[in-house]
Amino acid sequence: MTEPVSVQFLSVLERLACLSRRAAASQVNNLMTRKLSLSLLGLILAGTANAEWALNMPKGVTDLSLETYNLHMMVFWWCVAIAVVVFGVMIVSLVKHRKSRGVVAATFSHSTTAEVIWTTIPVIILVLMAVPTAETMVKLEDSRDPDLSIVITAYQWKWHYKYQDTDVEFYSSLARESLGARRKQSGIDPFSVENYLRDVDNPMVIPRDAKVRLLFTSNDVIHSWWLPAFAIKKDAIPGIVNEAWFRANEVGIYRGQCAELCGKDHGYMPIVVEVIEPEAYAAWIASHDGER
Amino acid sequence: MNTSIIDAHGHDNDHSGDDHHGPAKGIGRWLYSTNHKDIGTMYLIFSLLMFFIGGTMAMVIRSELAIPGLQFVHPEFFNQMTTMHALIMVFGAVMPAFVGLANWMIPLMIGAPDMALPRMNNWSFWILPVAFGILLSTLFMPGGAPAGGWTMYPPLVLQTGDSFPFLIFSVHLMGLSSIMGAINVIVTIINMRAPNMSLLKMPMFVWTWLITAYLLIAVMPVLAGAVTMLLTDQFFGTSFFLAAGGGDPVLFQHIFWFFGHPEVYIMILPAFGVVSEIIPVFARKPLFGHDSMVYAASSIAFLSFIVWAHHMFTVGMPLTGQLFFMFTTMLIAVPTGVKVFNWVATMWRGAMTFETPMLFSLAFVFLFTIGGFSGLMLAIAPADVQYHDTYFVVAHFHYVLVPGSVFAIMGAAYFWLPKWTGHMYNEALGKVHFWTSAVFVNLTFFPMHFLGLAAMPRRIPDYSTQYADFNTVASIGAIGFGLSQLLFVWVLLTSKKGPKATAEVWDQPQGLEWTVPSPAPYHTFETPPSLSEMDSHH
Repeated sequence: MTEPVSVQFLSVLERLACLSRRAAASQVNNLMTRKLSLSLLGLILAGTANAEWALNMPKGVTDLSLETYNLHMMVFWWCVAIAVVVFGVMIVSLVKHRKSRGVVAATFSHSTTAEVIWTTIPVIILVLMAVPTAETMVKLEDSRDPDLSIVITAYQWKWHYKYQDTDVEFYSSLARESLGARRKQSGIDPFSVENYLRDVDNPMVIPRDAKVRLLFTSNDVIHSWWLPAFAIKKDAIPGIVNEAWFRANEVGIYRGQCAELCGKDHGYMPIVVEVIEPEAYAAWIASHDGER
Repeated sequence: MNTSIIDAHGHDNDHSGDDHHGPAKGIGRWLYSTNHKDIGTMYLIFSLLMFFIGGTMAMVIRSELAIPGLQFVHPEFFNQMTTMHALIMVFGAVMPAFVGLANWMIPLMIGAPDMALPRMNNWSFWILPVAFGILLSTLFMPGGAPAGGWTMYPPLVLQTGDSFPFLIFSVHLMGLSSIMGAINVIVTIINMRAPNMSLLKMPMFVWTWLITAYLLIAVMPVLAGAVTMLLTDQFFGTSFFLAAGGGDPVLFQHIFWFFGHPEVYIMILPAFGVVSEIIPVFARKPLFGHDSMVYAASSIAFLSFIVWAHHMFTVGMPLTGQLFFMFTTMLIAVPTGVKVFNWVATMWRGAMTFETPMLFSLAFVFLFTIGGFSGLMLAIAPADVQYHDTYFVVAHFHYVLVPGSVFAIMGAAYFWLPKWTGHMYNEALGKVHFWTSAVFVNLTFFPMHFLGLAAMPRRIPDYSTQYADFNTVASIGAIGFGLSQLLFVWVLLTSKKGPKATAEVWDQPQGLEWTVPSPAPYHTFETPPSLSEMDSHH
């Protein structure tokens, strides 16, 4: 069953070759090298369409995930601006102030004016960052008046969803297709498995536009429920109930993973949420409610 | 301590043994050494060894992650590798390297004959091989090495097999070693400076180490307390962190990060000191804003005690708590910015040359600043929720630790190597080592920003296929970086073949360490340096 390591190295090399082939194939649209050199431009365009070389955080499908994305971009651009100034000065200095150009070193070692300026300006920038961030944080904590509450209990290594005020509850674990391919040296190419390691048997189902409150706890160790499209990551902790909320604006299937190391199968407890139209949701909940 | 009377020639006339005529012969020289230079050398060699052991574990991690699917190791072993890699690099490679530099250089920089507490110095070093021997032996125990992450969060860490008590004991020993080393540094600096060297006249490396030593004494006992509580929860029926017994798993995280955040600065402040020594020498210009550097480092140290919960924005803190920890964390950008601006101002209108130590220092300023930017992004609590426990965080802390701390250590090694060995190392090979390291370190860690933003969690042995490409790039970079370090060893091993170094080594460097011959004699500054030598410092 166990192949020698050398065979495995060959498969790594094969994958590398495949990578370069795919890169060559993509020349039709875009040279890979050019893509890499354009990565900064990619960030400017904030394009996440290309999953293969995705560069930026997804905007998500809730108002608050978009706000989170905007905060992320705001700080990013501040960093870029500061970097341009600081690295710019440094590069000018590295080019101009080198001994090989015959310059003589100056002797100054202090300037109170400069010190005051470069202490004050960062403080102002930080205040400009902090204000909108604090506003978003207040909204994130406001989980009042939900339309729907779901208790999520984490287990090593699966999730359990219970819809409050109904009889609907179920476990959600890694989909069968991935289960086969994830074994060591399974011989199954992960690229042949759709949504490898990111698919489950029973997804959580949610109606569009509803305010959903999530309550998290754990049965064993600490886990963390993370769905990037909703900008929610909350630890599921034994003995503690945590809370988060969201309102999804678009129907679709959204994927995430456990984010807190929880043992050997930490990498194998994905999260899938299906957002459907409210009417379809009513039918879904009715059909599942009678199951027990 | 040497209490004998010192004569006019700087030699003592009592009969306390060979100690004062040169090193003892054989293995005894190293086992029983109380000489700061020998102990410094042992710390540095130990740290290099640990760097390679921890690095080998990183190679296992990156090989497994090179392509999707499990090729080489099982998930259990993968988790052991990430846990051990971190523990060894943090406590075995970076921290002992800085203690080694402190041992070698602090007495030379302040004009002291040795560290103040030489026997404790010997002990604090020799604890380390024992501590890491115990830690590494857990790899061969039933259930394997610790696999719950270096952060040791309960309840997961309590699922560790037979190796659990060995993990706790080795952490205790590492803490003991660090505390003793820190006491020694503080006592030496406070009591044994050359006459007329006031605190604000001290070189920056000495200053940053003084602050670091206080941080160590403040937080290592906190870590010891935290892991002791883990031990009693496991074996003695307490429930500090067990919800079933009324305890709180999150309490551990608060205690751990109260240690953990100052620990981050323990690993970077001495690097700030090193870079502040190197840049002025090769810019041929005094360090800009020496005093403000001291105040900035002190502010960073103070702030490090009130930011810890920014590691915990997802545990469910009250809004006020989140706001407090976010604001204090953002504040750290101010003194850190001051340091970076001061380094750039030191270069400005200098007359720079680019020997290997300078190259490492310049790369430090560039790449540590990039790690600082991602740190500022991580301070923004709502965005941190998206970054937390992803490869974005992995990219961030590797940027501040590898091209940050490790580059500073390597720069320091090249900078002071001629003083230690008496010979110039091979400059051309040193530059090759620098450029390969600099290229590969970015190839390894820069793509991890993208992986994290695209939602790849950290500490997973296998991943979905959309993360394949950047992971392959990172793995190629990691193997390149690993191989580059063999060149470092080669340069070190052949350094004695180089031309003889002068006492000054570089072009008119300032500082007492350059007033003694190269190699530095076994005993230096047996009489305190004179005032005129002091004047040449500032």
